[in-house]
Amino acid sequence: MIVELSFGIAAAVLLAYALVCAVRLGVGPTAADRAVALDTINTLVVAIMVLVGAAFDLMIIMDVALVYALLSFVGTLYIARYLEEGLR
Amino acid sequence: MNALIYAFLAVGAVFNGLGAVALLRFPDVYTRIHGATKCTTFGSIFSILAVVVYGAMRGGGDGIGMVIRALLALVFLLLTNPTGSHALARAAHRAGIKPFRAVVDRLEERK
Repeated sequence: MIVELSFGIAAAVLLAYALVCAVRLGVGPTAADRAVALDTINTLVVAIMVLVGAAFDLMIIMDVALVYALLSFVGTLYIARYLEEGLR
Repeated sequence: MNALIYAFLAVGAVFNGLGAVALLRFPDVYTRIHGATKCTTFGSIFSILAVVVYGAMRGGGDGIGMVIRALLALVFLLLTNPTGSHALARAAHRAGIKPFRAVVDRLEERK
C-alpha cells in the first residue's frame, strides 16, 4: 500500500518537472530549444505513465507508455529533419 | 526490497530534477541538450527500475506482465533518447545556431 503511494508521489514529482520543462517550451529563444524541451517532456511522460500504471495497477497505461515512447521518437526525428532545412 | 524501490525512486526523482533545472538554466541549445538528455535518461532508467523491482516482488501473472512492459519501455528509452538528441543537435548545428560565446567552430571548418 505504501509502495503504491510512493509510486504516485514520484509520478507527481516528475509531473512537476515536466511543467518546469514546459517553461522552456514556452520561452525558448530558438525552435531547437523548444524541440529539446519537447523531447525532455516526452521522456518524462513515459516515466510518469509507467509509474502511474504501477501505482494504480493499470496495465493498459504501461502499454500506452510503450507506444508513446516509439511515436515520440519518430516525432522528434521529423522535427529534427524539419529544423535541418533551415528554420529561423 | 521496499528500501530498494524507495532508493530507485529517489535517485530517479533527483536526476530528473537535475535535468529539468539544466534545461531551464543552461545558456544555449547544445548545453541544454547535454544536460537535459543525459539526466532525464538516467533518472528515467531508475524510475522504471523501481517498477521492475516492484513487479518482480509482487510475482504472479500481473507482476510478470508489469516487469516485461517496464523492461520494454526501458529498452525503448535507451534506444531512442540518445538517437533523438543526436539528431536534434545535428539539426541545430545545420540550422546555423552558434554555441554560446563560441569563437571557433571546428565542425564547420571541416566541411
